[in-house]
Amino acid sequence: MRAYLDFEKPLEELELRIAEMQELQISSNGLSNGTADISSLTETLENLRKEIFKNLTPWQKCQLARHSDRPYTMDYINKITDTFIELHGDRRYSDDPAIVGGLGTIGGISVLIVGHQKGRGTKDRIIRNFGQPNPEGYRKALRLMKLARRFDIPIVTFIDTPGAYPGIGAEERGQAEAIAVNLMEISMLDVPIISIVIGEGGSGGALALSVSDRLVMLEHSIYSVISPEGCAAILWNSPDKGLNQEDFAKAAEALKLTASDLLNFNIIDTILPEPPGGAHADPDKAAITVKNYIIETIKYLRKIPRKQLLKSRQKKLRNIGSFTETKP
Amino acid sequence: MPWFKKPIDTQTHRKVKIPEGLWVKCTLCKEIIYRKEFEKNLKICPKCNYHFRIGARERIALTADSNSFEEMDAHLSPDDPLEFKDTVAYLGRIEASKKKSSLKEAVVTGKAAINRQPVVLAIMDFSFMGGSMGSVVGEKIVRAAERSVAERLPLIVFTSSGGARMQEGIYSLMQMAKVSSVIAALKEELIPYVTVLTDPTFGGVSASFAMLGDIIIAEPRSLIGFAGARVIQQTINRQLPEDFQQAEFLLKKGLIDMVVHRRELKTTLSNIIRILTSNMPDVLR
Repeated sequence: MRAYLDFEKPLEELELRIAEMQELQISSNGLSNGTADISSLTETLENLRKEIFKNLTPWQKCQLARHSDRPYTMDYINKITDTFIELHGDRRYSDDPAIVGGLGTIGGISVLIVGHQKGRGTKDRIIRNFGQPNPEGYRKALRLMKLARRFDIPIVTFIDTPGAYPGIGAEERGQAEAIAVNLMEISMLDVPIISIVIGEGGSGGALALSVSDRLVMLEHSIYSVISPEGCAAILWNSPDKGLNQEDFAKAAEALKLTASDLLNFNIIDTILPEPPGGAHADPDKAAITVKNYIIETIKYLRKIPRKQLLKSRQKKLRNIGSFTETKP
Repeated sequence: MPWFKKPIDTQTHRKVKIPEGLWVKCTLCKEIIYRKEFEKNLKICPKCNYHFRIGARERIALTADSNSFEEMDAHLSPDDPLEFKDTVAYLGRIEASKKKSSLKEAVVTGKAAINRQPVVLAIMDFSFMGGSMGSVVGEKIVRAAERSVAERLPLIVFTSSGGARMQEGIYSLMQMAKVSSVIAALKEELIPYVTVLTDPTFGGVSASFAMLGDIIIAEPRSLIGFAGARVIQQTINRQLPEDFQQAEFLLKKGLIDMVVHRRELKTTLSNIIRILTSNMPDVLR
């Protein structure tokens, strides 16, 4: 049973009706003459879907990016790899289930994949800590990425987290240090790195896996310095009034966190289109887009000499900023 | 207001307003201190040793040899790429912060001498929009690091920041990656990099250049962490340890090298630089 967001509700009704009619047709051995009705309903459904998804607000995109049916890192890994060997642990403290990683091949090309992992269903969500890594998760990611570098294997990262976990243990074990070290060291790994935002790009916790040669976003994913809820709480919260959906929508709008915003800012390299209705409506199709992008891009980046690759990655980071300098 | 709706009082929300007048009340232990005494004591509470926040200019006066500080990149000002508006437009907030702090941005950078040893200094100031890091702070730290490499001078950064500057959105987040990649280059060049974490150091600043120092120093009782105490408390719904995120707590957990009293800082920095550069003839000293 899939979950429907508020603005997806009109689709739910139509989808259910079509499914009912199809069932009826099957049970009547094709004797009922519903075929024409089904195809006209399907057409109405597709048009409605297009209409709804054409004009999504930033807040609706946030909800899509967090959709409980949206494909997660392991879903993509399962769909795009020929072989995948998951590897575990930071060799210092623990294995963080909120970040997964391993060696594999995609269309015959060897890769190392790391990504945030959210859980599906209550139990799994808790195990995955809702995709919020602890320091050992970031340290595992870096360990694996350094391994890839030693054996000249390109790296693919999947970004999908509300943020790094805010907890006592995380602070005690150096959450800030773990993220900082990743940012610093990944910028020096001279193998091709591709980062794909598949859902939520939540602040520093997302950034720690995003230093790359190509940073791209799925069409309905988001990437932000702070969640709309956090932003609204800072700007508009008051104990007597509280916050509502409108405040979050306003914050989501102000933060400019959609894929097209980030493309406009030149922060990301491209947007990967999602199937009609979003990646969760057709995960196989979404995975094909992702797979093709990875294969093509690795082939291209592989041709660039290592030194030059590193130089352009660092130059790209170096030039991010929006300010004015006036001569005294 | 019913008692259960009372805002949670956590340490990040220490009010650090120093009232005008003859007397000062300590934020932490509530001791009443004679202002002249307080200022002579480098704005440290004589009773509980809480180091009050001080501004970039005061910090320069305490750290650099007199008249040695030459400011650089002083004329950078933020754009408003998001056209961010809450109750006030972002650039309006910037103007107000400029007036209030008499600074142009949340970090001051320049060349200076510490006990006659030349260094590059970057000093953050919490009074300018909570020391938040946007494009200008990122760019100035990067340029300071590049200057360190070009002239082979040690880099010393004093941090004081609530984190990334929300109003610059993704640009401010990306400053973390930008600064960290330049720090990587600095380390490859074997330039000594020392960070001094002062109250408070959080979020995007702690999770980038603050925690990357070859040597990390903190002022006594300053609050340092990734997430703010209130966010953590709301997430885990449990009482936080008494000394949580204080400098001494970080020292105990092995996250920083030392906690140094404000009065000893200059000598400590100068000793560290002298020893680190002693066998590195091409690093100036």
